[in-house]
Amino acid sequence: MINKQNWDWENGEKEIADIGTWKDKFLGVEEPYPSPDGEKIAAIVKPDEMEFSVCENGTVWEEVYDKVWYLRFGPDNRLTALVSDTAEWTLAVDQAAWAHRFDYVWDTHFSEDGRRIVIAAQKDGRYMGVTDDTPWETDFETMNNFSVSRDGEQTAAAVQIVSFQSGDIFKFQEGTYSVAVNGRAWPNNFVNVWEIAFSPDNQHVAAAIRVNLYDYTIAVDGVPWRQTFNGVWEPQFSSRDSSVTAPVRTGGKWMLAKNGEVLWDRQFVQLWHHQYSPDGATIAAIVAPEFGRWTVAVNGKPWSITFGDLVTDMVFSPDGAKVACVGKEKGQWSIAIDGVRWPGAFDMAWKPVFSHDGNNVAAKVEKNGQYSLVINGKLLQKQFDMIWNPIFSPDGDKLLIRGIKSGETKYYRQVVPLAELF
Amino acid sequence: MTESVSKESSLIADEGLDKGLARLTSEKIEKTIKTILTNETGARLKTYVSTCVHCGLCSDACHVYLSNRDPACSPVGKIKQTIWEIVKKKGKVDAQFIRRASEIAYTECNLCRRCAMYCPFGIDISYMILIVRRICHKLGVTPHYLQDTAQSHSATLNQMWVKDDEWVDTLQWQEEEAQDEIGDLRIPIDQEGADFFYSVIAPEPKFRAQLIYQAAVIFHSAGVSWTMPATPGWDNSDMCMFSGDNEMMGRLKKAHFETAMRLKVKKIVMGECGHAFRSVYDVGNRWLGFREPPIPIIHSIQFFYELLKEGRIKIAKKYAKTVTLHDPCNTVRGAGLHEMIRMIAHETCEKVIEMHPNREHNYCCNAGGGVINCGPPFKNKRVENNSIKADQLRNVKEQGAETVIAPCHNCHGGLEDIIHTYKLDMDLKFLGDIIYECMEKPEE
Repeated sequence: MINKQNWDWENGEKEIADIGTWKDKFLGVEEPYPSPDGEKIAAIVKPDEMEFSVCENGTVWEEVYDKVWYLRFGPDNRLTALVSDTAEWTLAVDQAAWAHRFDYVWDTHFSEDGRRIVIAAQKDGRYMGVTDDTPWETDFETMNNFSVSRDGEQTAAAVQIVSFQSGDIFKFQEGTYSVAVNGRAWPNNFVNVWEIAFSPDNQHVAAAIRVNLYDYTIAVDGVPWRQTFNGVWEPQFSSRDSSVTAPVRTGGKWMLAKNGEVLWDRQFVQLWHHQYSPDGATIAAIVAPEFGRWTVAVNGKPWSITFGDLVTDMVFSPDGAKVACVGKEKGQWSIAIDGVRWPGAFDMAWKPVFSHDGNNVAAKVEKNGQYSLVINGKLLQKQFDMIWNPIFSPDGDKLLIRGIKSGETKYYRQVVPLAELF
Repeated sequence: MTESVSKESSLIADEGLDKGLARLTSEKIEKTIKTILTNETGARLKTYVSTCVHCGLCSDACHVYLSNRDPACSPVGKIKQTIWEIVKKKGKVDAQFIRRASEIAYTECNLCRRCAMYCPFGIDISYMILIVRRICHKLGVTPHYLQDTAQSHSATLNQMWVKDDEWVDTLQWQEEEAQDEIGDLRIPIDQEGADFFYSVIAPEPKFRAQLIYQAAVIFHSAGVSWTMPATPGWDNSDMCMFSGDNEMMGRLKKAHFETAMRLKVKKIVMGECGHAFRSVYDVGNRWLGFREPPIPIIHSIQFFYELLKEGRIKIAKKYAKTVTLHDPCNTVRGAGLHEMIRMIAHETCEKVIEMHPNREHNYCCNAGGGVINCGPPFKNKRVENNSIKADQLRNVKEQGAETVIAPCHNCHGGLEDIIHTYKLDMDLKFLGDIIYECMEKPEE
């Protein structure tokens, strides 16, 4: 979890950097990214032809590279970028490049507290995970679906165990893929592996698998469920016991199954992205109760409101008492919480953000090219040329707004008491 | 068409079909067919099977029939040799029947839906052929090359076994190449909140990376806000839709749409591919439960049309060679984009000669529907089965057409083989090729 206690929660606005001036300093400036605490803003820049670097709060990194991409701040506000120096790739963290070099790197992940940083890497045509500059001891012919545990101590991926010649469809059908956890593969292979999930205690791994061309199931620590289905989506572990749940498809309908047995007493046209509440007591999922209508089901019971286009970005409040999502109807995006759609429709809406106590919710929205926030259902009148997801103070009484005001090029962080927002 | 239709299997050797056949038993065939007919079909199939009056009007709609004049090649002939027999015999058909049915369904019908327009009852024969393919998939009797592509989709979520790093590396390579031409050009990767996500089919990064380059130049010149994802889900193609692996089709489309949702784009603009359009716009989205694509899908034909119409790209010089237009089935019969193709062609080319029949009546390239993806074993048959298209091309060539514009990857593959085999000596272009060549580009 992000530790927000040490951030500056004093009310007021702070100008961090005038990004507009960066364009005068460099040949090119890419999209800016702010740190979670809002104190820093950075962008990939081109100091000269064929040179890339990073500008952070107006100061450029000392090193220049052949290429820099995927600039991201971690939860602990450290700045990372995938960098290439004379065609060798690695990760740079707060300017310091890792010692190990690879032929390519991608897919940066962070532990929830930001302490661990993990990337996927390829060297000499072999694939591996790398945690804090330490590569897996074993590498693989192919690797995808790279996943990281919440604490960042464990990494896993779908890996190819058995080589097959191009076009050898029958060898493939015997099962050539498995899951490697920290570089160690499960003992059994499958036709396909996707969607790898870690248990809340970070010790167990589940994955969606296909055991032949037709039968899908979930494998937990390498052992498939006894039951197979016509389809499965990403599994999840319960935080209350060691059980695993996953959406499964049988007879053309989707259901939620627990350890292979049907859990909910309802079937859906679609059911995916199920989540446990933080206390593990409640399960919510995005569902289509009928063709072309989408909503959220909580413990199997769908909300009465539905959306015609889609539902996405479902999230539990930290106390598990509420569920929010983004929905889209006739091209217009909106926010819904506990089955109630907030007023206002937008050109785009981002994942809702809860305060720690669950009493307040805010979401970034866009309309006519301008960005703003909706807070507890009310649209902030102030508009921004760019805004990032808002963050509540630990006590939930204040909101950290990170944005660039309309018509300006300066990036500000602003701490505002909720009571003074409207 | 009430007389018996007989055509001996051409017995083209195919490892996927032949080895698949060896694993069949009568019990497995009957059980599989009954399961599919019971669980996956209903009134639609029953209505189609019982409504057909065997008039044969569909025959003249089919390029395979017109190229052979053999009733076995007519749409109703193909149905008679496959699903009618399957339904009539309640699944009690033998392995050799399945071998022939598979070859017909996968390699002699492009699911182009031209016949549905000519049927007095509007019977969608492609739907019935897809049921046959579904049966063949479930029986494990699919052409080798097509199956390999479907397996690539399952393992990598793209059609060409492109690995996660190869994809991004290719984008960065194309960006670098394009920057030699336009210094500040970018291919923005994983840029959340861009206006649209540009999605392509895997042959683009694998074999035709210059198309990504050209698209980047067009988008840059037009000043639009766009991005391409760093993650799987970038490939909009879908051979699983054609192999009969509907479940995998669903997984592919889920990844594609959820990539767009993750990137918070307002639309997906897709490259010049026809079958992928069918998959994201019509079939795959609905299999998942979406009535329409959850994020609007704009085909390049429409996007280029809009850019030109709005004056966002300007034409510096017209393409000098005389062109003709090939209308891809999935974007023209499937979505009515034919007048947009013509607007673009007339805006960018000195002279356009129409092929006839054209627009929604145009003949298929005989590559679509996964037919070209069945690979080399069936190439000769595929080309021979479309002599009518060669005649069409020869006709416009005699009128002066030197270049064929075909805004679809599969059409390119099919037409390239036809042009080569029938010695037509014509160029083949995408709309993007022409626009890139003729447009005003920003000064470096």
